[in-house]
Amino acid sequence: MTFMEHLPALQVVVPMLSAPLIVLLQPRGLAWAGATAAGLASFAIAIALAMAVLDGQTQVYAMGGWAAPYGIALEVDAFSALVLLLVTGAGAAALLAARVSVDRQIEPERQPLFYAAWLLGLAGLAGIVVSADAFNIFVFMEISSLASYILIAGGPDRRALPAVFKYLIMGTIGATFYLIGVGLIYMMTGTLNLADMQARIGDVVALNPILVAAGFITIGLALKAAVFPLHVWLPNAYTHAPHMVTVFLAACATKVALYVLIRFDSMVFQDRLSDHEFQFTLFALPLAVLGILVASSVAMFEGHLKRLLATSSVAQIGYILLGASFVSEAGITASAMHMFNHALAKGGLFLAVACLAFHFRDLRLSELGGAARRMPLTCAALVVCGLSLIGVPGTAGFISKWLLITAALESGLWGWSLVAVILVSSLMAVVYIWRIVEALYFQQASAEGDTSFAEAPLQLLLVTWAVALLNIFFGLFPHLPLALANGSAALLVGGAP
Amino acid sequence: MKLLELLGYYNYWVFAVVLTVGLYAVIRKRNLIKKLIGLSIFQSAVFLLYITMDKVEGGTAPIIQKGVPDQVFSNPLPQVLILTAIVVGVSTLALGLAMVVRIKESYGTIEEHEILGAD
Amino acid sequence: MIYVFALFLLTLLVITAVAIVRTENLFVAVMLTSIFSLLMAANFFILDAADVALTEAAVGAGVTTVIFLSALALTGDWEKPRPGGRTVALGTVGVLAMLLIYASFDKPRLGDPEAPVHQHVAPWYLEKTPEYMDIPNVVTAILSSFRGYDTLGEVFVVFAACIGVLFILGVKPARQTAAAPQPVSGLRHHLIPQVVGRLLVPFIVLFGLYVQFHGEYGPGGGFQAGAIIATGVILYALLEGEAEALRAVPRSVLLALVVGGALLYGAVGVVCMLKGGAFLDYSVLAADPVFGQQLGILVIEAGVGMAVCGALLSIFHAFAARESMT
Repeated sequence: MTFMEHLPALQVVVPMLSAPLIVLLQPRGLAWAGATAAGLASFAIAIALAMAVLDGQTQVYAMGGWAAPYGIALEVDAFSALVLLLVTGAGAAALLAARVSVDRQIEPERQPLFYAAWLLGLAGLAGIVVSADAFNIFVFMEISSLASYILIAGGPDRRALPAVFKYLIMGTIGATFYLIGVGLIYMMTGTLNLADMQARIGDVVALNPILVAAGFITIGLALKAAVFPLHVWLPNAYTHAPHMVTVFLAACATKVALYVLIRFDSMVFQDRLSDHEFQFTLFALPLAVLGILVASSVAMFEGHLKRLLATSSVAQIGYILLGASFVSEAGITASAMHMFNHALAKGGLFLAVACLAFHFRDLRLSELGGAARRMPLTCAALVVCGLSLIGVPGTAGFISKWLLITAALESGLWGWSLVAVILVSSLMAVVYIWRIVEALYFQQASAEGDTSFAEAPLQLLLVTWAVALLNIFFGLFPHLPLALANGSAALLVGGAP
Repeated sequence: MKLLELLGYYNYWVFAVVLTVGLYAVIRKRNLIKKLIGLSIFQSAVFLLYITMDKVEGGTAPIIQKGVPDQVFSNPLPQVLILTAIVVGVSTLALGLAMVVRIKESYGTIEEHEILGAD
Repeated sequence: MIYVFALFLLTLLVITAVAIVRTENLFVAVMLTSIFSLLMAANFFILDAADVALTEAAVGAGVTTVIFLSALALTGDWEKPRPGGRTVALGTVGVLAMLLIYASFDKPRLGDPEAPVHQHVAPWYLEKTPEYMDIPNVVTAILSSFRGYDTLGEVFVVFAACIGVLFILGVKPARQTAAAPQPVSGLRHHLIPQVVGRLLVPFIVLFGLYVQFHGEYGPGGGFQAGAIIATGVILYALLEGEAEALRAVPRSVLLALVVGGALLYGAVGVVCMLKGGAFLDYSVLAADPVFGQQLGILVIEAGVGMAVCGALLSIFHAFAARESMT
């Protein structure tokens, strides 16, 4: 086999096998360097994979040389390549910027373990995305979940612990629900491979177990993806996590669960169960709309910068789900694009928060007065990413909101009211982003505060600006993600096999 | 083989009931250790679901003996899956307990409402 | 009649589960959880899942209980009762139970050889295992070769748990008590446990090694062996005190076991790649593919055993050390 053929496996194996090696790198700084090298390598692999599947091909890899359905197959198509890009991109960028911030938040002797957990998280998320086997997805979901519990528990505040405990409980329930669902489908079809399930599920006569399985899988994955109203673990977990961990996880963790949800649903259940499309819309659409509206309004009144952004993530998950709930090509395209663009915007915002945290211990909005004078570059990057989050033309966020509105209009009957929902929630986003801007630029600095110029460390600042500029770049030239998103939609609902 | 049929349903029902009991403890109890105990019962129930489906009438454990013709074996695949799931379960539990220990040290309690009240 | 016995066991299982939830003494709850696991293991055995029964008994009833107990020692034995109605919680889980029971009516009959589970993939494994790797235990064959990638993932789950516990408990306790930690001597002053235990430890470890290397022929393999050996060492720690156990198997050795086990498994995969096969395709390891498979299975099982044993012991020691610190 050639090197190129091995790429799907290497995507997982490189970060995964680096993790135990990192544990051995005790001297300070080495662990970071090793982890960053592994992160960048997997990003490079993801880029190579994206290029390889751009023309609509699917890369299939038979683990252990055993062809599916007997062995475990890995599959990379346009949709997985897109998600891989954002997972590894977020992981690598956050690692690249992480050193100074992590040095402040994690004791040196615990850092090798921390970076090892980071790589495991990266490997777990990548493993979920490339896997074409329902049970294998569960295993890698657990790797990534355990790793994210560890990473979040590294937060310096004691409130991180109850937050992560709640995440652990809800995450485990979600994973177990998924496992029950997979078990029921396996019982009725005798296979674990997704494509094989799709082929065999049509022969099943007794549909009760399949219906129940669909329910369990959907709810389990919705828990993991923090779909409203199952999102209660998310705001606190993201708020109290170490800043760089928030950058990494907020950019990609929930999106991977959504990816599995969309993929599982459209591959296994849709056009196999009668009326399933209708039921899926009936289930997902109200949750998406409620999530968008409720989370956006909560964010408008939130006083803590990190929690505000975390709450806004719940609304953004709503957008992604909304696109998927149309079960149309336009809808899936919009969903996939929004995954990508939101990762850019939210990743950039949290990077800017990590910069701010260098000089502002307390990240409540009321304490951030005078930030723009002390850290003008950071604040400017934050504003750029904020504009992208709102969806201002010229930024990446605009592209996906536009696609979403187009898809909503196509969806028929309720089209206009959904457009109204999107517009209203965008206005709400304007409000909460404005509140941040107001705090940074126009609020009086607290009396005893230092007002001298003091930017964040260069390494962190550079990565932050790179991400901010990408927000503009992909707003003007969205060809690459758009091609992948279109490819995904064609694969999932376009009738391609 | 009426009894086997009854046992079949009974296995699934026990799975459903045990799962429910475990989930009830997770939702209802405020003691964090008790929540984890509930979680482990909840996970064990799923093991029962998988193992129940592996049984084949008149079968034995899937270990092939040479020279014995016409052996009937139970299905090995669910067993493999559950071996994995058991280890995943204990891993999650260990991590959860480590967090509980730290929570006890920094809050002085492991009752959920008292922790929420403390911050 | 074995099936009557199964009915009896299952009923006991439900009763135990309810009792666990109802008791407010956490120590009792943990002990009952251990019994619950044993009942579960017996049940698995009746359902022909010998490997799973062995694992559940070693992990569920053994290791889990010890970890629970060492956590309890740090957090206290009693839970506070919760006043008020339980309607909401009961309602939620009630719906869930109904849903599952509803689904159960369309399920294939238990033991039906025509059920879809037994049709598609499973017979292929039973048929091909003698041809491709020529080992008797099909469970081991699937675990380590056909679905070896899952098992690799599982080793990394254990690895993650291990580094996670070390990471989370790696923080120094906030309130250092001034009093010098009293020497922990385990059960050394209790004659009977000591005599019996001392006799048992070598046999447990020996049995663990047997399970490790006999995994291709009978029930067993890396996970079970790792868990059993870990149990043996934990028993030694309980008898002689934790410090003594650490002197026998120091922390650095344990970490080396975890890292080494995980890397060994991964390295086999990478070697397969370098030799021109797919990741974890053991057939290319030797000129004869069947022998290559056997070799691969042997090595990765050793990796699994090392990683599991090291991880469980590291976790145990992390909790136990905390006890003497606070």
